[in-house]
Amino acid sequence: MSTNAIAFLNSENPELSVEQQLQLFNAIESGLPLVAQPYLALAEDIDASEEQVIAMIKDWQQQGLIRRFGLVIRHRKLGYVANAMVVWDVEDEQVERVAAILAEQKVVTLCYRRPRVLPHWPYNLFCMVHGKNRDQVVAQLQQICQHSELEGLAKRLLFSSKAYKQRGGRYQHSLTS
Amino acid sequence: MDALDRKILNRTQLGIPVSDQPFADIANELGCEEQQVIDKLQTMLDDGLLTRFGPMFDAASLGGAFTLSAMIVPEDRFEQVTDIVNGFRQVAHNYKRQHKLNMWFVIACESQQEIQTVIKDIEQQSGIQVFDFPKQEEFYVGLYLPV
Repeated sequence: MSTNAIAFLNSENPELSVEQQLQLFNAIESGLPLVAQPYLALAEDIDASEEQVIAMIKDWQQQGLIRRFGLVIRHRKLGYVANAMVVWDVEDEQVERVAAILAEQKVVTLCYRRPRVLPHWPYNLFCMVHGKNRDQVVAQLQQICQHSELEGLAKRLLFSSKAYKQRGGRYQHSLTS
Repeated sequence: MDALDRKILNRTQLGIPVSDQPFADIANELGCEEQQVIDKLQTMLDDGLLTRFGPMFDAASLGGAFTLSAMIVPEDRFEQVTDIVNGFRQVAHNYKRQHKLNMWFVIACESQQEIQTVIKDIEQQSGIQVFDFPKQEEFYVGLYLPV
């Protein structure tokens, strides 16, 4: 953990000391214990109560420090072998509207505005679409474009032909496959 | 993988309750036993279908810095440049994609300054320009892959 990461620890917290907060952070960073009362198990490890641990974690969620609470699945092992980075050239004032439409789609997993790099790259809105094969990804995207009237936008599908490095992260990376 | 495995996987992808007995809550929703949820998740972890189970921290809030980068790599140098790029521990994902910009990777560092250093070092070692696509705005982060 970087030194500036410690900045989120709250010395004003009346419930948990900074040391306990750090212990809790380190404990859940490696995952949640798979037992009936995982927050109680964590509490016992840091000499706190279950309520205090739950309150702290909810607090971190509210602050946006914890983005989501769930799983990292090996999507390739589950049959999701086709992933396309889909990029769009959207007028700046239309970006919010188009992004909102894309965000509603279940097959769209990430959506970011990024800079164009001209002349190589005119696209400024990036999203990921996952599927079990390329045809499915293409069909899903076509459907989205038809239903939401995005057919007029210039876009590209960039399938990955090979994953050279895939690191399952503790962090939510800005672009995962 | 049986029907209950799929239900559990689909349900837990949407999140895990922060409550006294989160697996009992999930079991109630799915109409199974708490211990089944725990056992099946443990098996999926052991089998490597899941690599992780728990909170995902927002790296930027923790003081991390990320960018998406791309390069135009000549086909006959692709393997060699891949080795150079993947040699950096800050490179998190690296995909070959079908475009003139054909190598795409994420750089994850502790600071913006370190990102710029990594980019310069990759350019120096490969002799190829690195294009930087930092996130300007985020609209959605989620990952739901029904099985």
